Amino acid sequence: MSYRLGVDVGGTFTDLLIIDEASGRTYRDKVPSTPHDPSEAVIAGAQALCKKAGITPQQLALFLHGTTVATNAVLEHKIARVGLIVTEGYRDILQIARSLVPGGLAAWIVWPKPEPMAPLEATIEAPERIGAAGEIVRPLDEARLRANLQRLRDEKVEAVTVCLINSYMNDVHERQIAKIVTEEMPDIPVSISADILPEMQEYERALTTVANSAVRPTVSRYVGNLEAQLQAWGSAAKLSLLRSDGGLMSAEKSRTAPVNLLMSGPAGGVAGAVFIAKNAKTPNVLTLDMGGTSTDVALIEDYQARLRRETTVGHLTVRASSLDVKTVGAGGGSIASVPELTKALRVGPQSAGAVPGPAAYGRGGELPTVTDANVVLGYLPENLLGGTFKLDRDASTRAVQTVADALNITLMEAAAGIVSIVNETMYGALRLVSVQQGYDPRDFALMAFGGAGPLHGNAMGVLMGSWPVIIPPSPGVLCAYGDATTRLRVDAQRSFNKLITQTDLAEVTAVIEEIATQVSSELEAEGVPAADQEVVFEIDVRYAGQAFEVPLVFPCHSTLDDLMARFDAEHERLFTFNLSVPQELVNIRAVALGKAANVSAEMIETGTVDASAAKLRDQKVWMDGAERDAVIYDRAKLKAGNRITGPAIICEMDSTTLVLNGHIADVDAFANILINPEAK
Amino acid sequence: MPAQIIQTNTTPFASVTIDPVTLDIIENAMRNARIEMDATLVRTAMSPGIREQGDAFPLIADPAGKMIVGQFGSFIDGFLRGFDGSIEEGDMIFLSDPYSCEGAISHSNDWLVLLPVFRAGRLVAWTAMFGHQSDIGGKVAGSMPIDARAIFEEGVRIPPVKIYARGVYNEDLIKLVMHQTRKPDWCAADLNALIASCRVAARRVDEMCARFGDDVYVSATQALLARNHRAMKALIASSVGEQPVSFEDYVCDDGVGYGPYKIKCTMQRIGDKVILDFAGTDPQSAASINFYLNENMFKMFFGIYMIMVFDPQIMFNDGFYDLIEVKIPQGSLLKPLYPAALSGRTHALGRIFDILGGLLGQRTPEFLCAAGFSSSPHLMYSGRDKAGEWFQLFQIGFGGIPGKPFGDGPDGHSLWPGFTNVPNEFLERYFPLRIERYEALADTGGAGRFRGGNGIHMSYRFLAAGTVSIHDDRWFTYPWGVNGGKPGTRARKILEKPDGSQTVVANKLDSLRVEEGDLLHFITWGGGGWGDPLDREADLVAKEIRQGLVTSEGAKSYGVVADANGGLDVAGTEALRLKMRASAAPATVFDRGGEIEELRARCKAETGLDAPKPPVWTHAIAAE
Repeated sequence: MSYRLGVDVGGTFTDLLIIDEASGRTYRDKVPSTPHDPSEAVIAGAQALCKKAGITPQQLALFLHGTTVATNAVLEHKIARVGLIVTEGYRDILQIARSLVPGGLAAWIVWPKPEPMAPLEATIEAPERIGAAGEIVRPLDEARLRANLQRLRDEKVEAVTVCLINSYMNDVHERQIAKIVTEEMPDIPVSISADILPEMQEYERALTTVANSAVRPTVSRYVGNLEAQLQAWGSAAKLSLLRSDGGLMSAEKSRTAPVNLLMSGPAGGVAGAVFIAKNAKTPNVLTLDMGGTSTDVALIEDYQARLRRETTVGHLTVRASSLDVKTVGAGGGSIASVPELTKALRVGPQSAGAVPGPAAYGRGGELPTVTDANVVLGYLPENLLGGTFKLDRDASTRAVQTVADALNITLMEAAAGIVSIVNETMYGALRLVSVQQGYDPRDFALMAFGGAGPLHGNAMGVLMGSWPVIIPPSPGVLCAYGDATTRLRVDAQRSFNKLITQTDLAEVTAVIEEIATQVSSELEAEGVPAADQEVVFEIDVRYAGQAFEVPLVFPCHSTLDDLMARFDAEHERLFTFNLSVPQELVNIRAVALGKAANVSAEMIETGTVDASAAKLRDQKVWMDGAERDAVIYDRAKLKAGNRITGPAIICEMDSTTLVLNGHIADVDAFANILINPEAK
Repeated sequence: MPAQIIQTNTTPFASVTIDPVTLDIIENAMRNARIEMDATLVRTAMSPGIREQGDAFPLIADPAGKMIVGQFGSFIDGFLRGFDGSIEEGDMIFLSDPYSCEGAISHSNDWLVLLPVFRAGRLVAWTAMFGHQSDIGGKVAGSMPIDARAIFEEGVRIPPVKIYARGVYNEDLIKLVMHQTRKPDWCAADLNALIASCRVAARRVDEMCARFGDDVYVSATQALLARNHRAMKALIASSVGEQPVSFEDYVCDDGVGYGPYKIKCTMQRIGDKVILDFAGTDPQSAASINFYLNENMFKMFFGIYMIMVFDPQIMFNDGFYDLIEVKIPQGSLLKPLYPAALSGRTHALGRIFDILGGLLGQRTPEFLCAAGFSSSPHLMYSGRDKAGEWFQLFQIGFGGIPGKPFGDGPDGHSLWPGFTNVPNEFLERYFPLRIERYEALADTGGAGRFRGGNGIHMSYRFLAAGTVSIHDDRWFTYPWGVNGGKPGTRARKILEKPDGSQTVVANKLDSLRVEEGDLLHFITWGGGGWGDPLDREADLVAKEIRQGLVTSEGAKSYGVVADANGGLDVAGTEALRLKMRASAAPATVFDRGGEIEELRARCKAETGLDAPKPPVWTHAIAAE
């Protein structure tokens, strides 16, 4: 018998899920996180859950893990001191960056001078030069480089990055330098840009590789701790981590290329949503993961989340693939305000956070938040089911009244206004991933999860026209499902940069075969035999002269003519026109995937349409400009087939679902709540 | 006769009271639509100037042409006044001639697309976007001949015409236009990108109308204009004095030997209204540095500066326009008479912003920023590569951001919104070039308590013979410092032969022949400093020596004694600062690095170039 364990570490809770690989049976648990050393809660939680399920540590074959350890290192600036080695003449590569000052005209007046991620005093130059065609213009002067390295020792760097001009065409000097650095500074990890991001654009490549170096010691330490503790526990489970792109990577790889973990957290939620979508047989889904301070949204098409070629964390944007998750500063804790000069109603991006929190939490917060508006409207019952604290409705009323006074409107209008504005912000984000990518949101369902998502999901369905709105069971622990059910993933790419008129299928195939062998053997080394692998190829295409490329899948036995036709169609869909210039094949990429887990979700008991057995009590709510009667239900008591008519509130341990007036909620066999307009 | 707008439904929009929540939702949606316009353009445009450098400007306006979102303000009313045709559903306007739209765009390189948005027979909005084309024909590659004496030498000139008339595409027109340029492929792609951006915005306006109702949408745009009017009125009353304040600054030369040209502006408030008067500005140039400044565009510049300096929370639109009056003398550098050449307007455009900064900060020097705008330094390089293929590069350079009340100016960054540099690997891959050096040149930022940003030293190794044009300014006058801060250093261009011999070349020149193996050092301005350099933390100066941003020699301007490795001599620093404080002249608000005549006298020795001759203006009349 073998099991896989999925663990997702969140800010408050660590969620655990064990899956019996043969039967698909699951065991779940939730323990408080241990932020000082997240691995403590992971191991303690895993031990407790195994004990409860009667599983021995030896029976765990795979340990699959989503972690925000790299993300937090960046956000909290707890990063390594990185030494950077660049081509002579390029010392200021990170200082000058792309010369962009964000914001509009005159924004430079208020924009602070940024500090590069690798300090300038710890950036040195290598006497060498590679040309644009990969030719060696000037060989590396090893002796001078060795002398220059003294500066990095003096600056006490903890990690080193090498990024040379045109190394995406020829990496010989980068490798030579890495070898020298390892000789001279044996304890310092070295990242080279040709390994991390072998593609054109020196600044993005340098920054991405520096970011990799910056989180490397932290991630390496964390992974080392986990492995040691697993071993001490007697488990030989193979540890893999969830990458930003929703695939899994081996612990070993994550220690050398941790830049791929920066969005591991949100990727877990989206991967979990894919799992739920498959059970609910809904291939096209928009996801809404709303927490206390921010909301993540993403688009899933045909059970696949869209990928993008960059990852953004705080102010840092690097070129590492991630699920196309848009984050907006709108959450339950977002603060509402009315600026003096314009008298406009603003909500967020400032958040009351966990401390002091919304006024309703009674922890000293006095400013009006989205949660307070929901309390005032009656959407969040004062006594949360199983909740340890009671919401302070009077405090919420006082806070929201300040907004009402500033705008000279009623309390309820102000509360409804705050909710509308925060919904509008999320609507903007959902449009970014759908309408603005050429998708019609009416072809998608909307899945709402996270602590606050189920409260706003129905309203977002109305705005987007996306039905049904799906509220998965335990909306707070979706990530662990994602961790446990995705596949191992290895990818590699080559810059190609040739016009369609300058190349042919044979040349493209030669590159494809080369990188296919590379990713395939890498995945085999991670324990996936070739027979269990799936390898897919992608080619980035653009019109010659454009800077933005469209990634397209390139199936086996496909032709370049077919690829060009698909590019034209995609360009037309995205931008409404085609051009009569030749297309350029920019990058060729191979992705090797391991076997998918054979897991099915748990089913619940079947009941009738009548949900009254789950009714808790009646509640007054303010909705559509009037006070209305609503019913509160206990989600744990709902059965498959139950039907609830809005307005209604459905409570569970970690979340509250709101069903709006004129809408109906059905419970399916997997305990999902599906909300639809009454008329539909 | 002004443009005639044909609407099949002439019922006026009903004025509806908008609740504040709906208003905010519509404002937010419009802002998103504008961001989407930018994104569409950048993803589909082809010339590096638009694609990488973002040299393009979007807007969405109300039916009267007032900008609701955008950044350079609306110019649509100028176009409407000047256009003698009709406008109806399905039309799309295309133009590039500054003289036929009151300077809505300021040189023929900027192509403007205007799209009227109709719903049920009524005009509900305008969307518009203009972008700089890399080549529109004319006597030099890049179409910005420095020595042009009339606009006819500057490439194809497009009066307002319809690309689409009632939905029908005018293919012959586009064929004719594209036939004039050296880069029809780039121009065609960029024009498509401008059109696609306008269409995206039009679609968003249409969706908003469908969602909220046409009357609500139009009323909301009016409420947004009113909201901005209210906020700006309060801001003007508190920040602009009734006493007149003047400021003047210069464009260094006209590229044909004369300069500097003075731009002067006087600001005062009379009641609620701010008067901005350019009386005292020099007459127009015989060459191409004239800048046809649209009054409304200047109102927008002024408004945005007010907002950024005093209260960055305000969202800007055209609502405050009637609070400002702009007077520009006819026949001046800023309102040249037809058919004066206009292509080199970037220098005066840049200088306008230094003048705004100087004007607004005088009453409240604590809000004053130093000078930073050179212009948009251009480099053009064209010829045939070894395979015989024509290549043509148009590149915008960057320099030092000024020191400001809130801190140091960044090194080697853009003062223009949305502009980014072109990756050097991209240049090397697609042009016969090698960029051997790309650095923020030490000591070029003006010393100050807050340092000006360093300029960029970029060295181009040419791998094929070709022709180079350079357009830059601030090589003769300094980017000034303020409140005790020192000026930044000036721009320089040096051509180095393979044997190492160097020649200083002019900062405005056309048709410089370069050979394979030549190296051009393109050095841009440093930002001016803010506040007394002796007040800057000595440790920070020492750290910047280790960072290569300041040299041991340069540290002396801060009264800091440190070795080449940034080792700080604490006692030496204290002594030097004491001595410098004792001998310092009383600080003036502005440090321009000397009067014009002093600069003229020192020019050859300091810059290696002859000083420009004082302009003579007999030709100003000839241009009529």
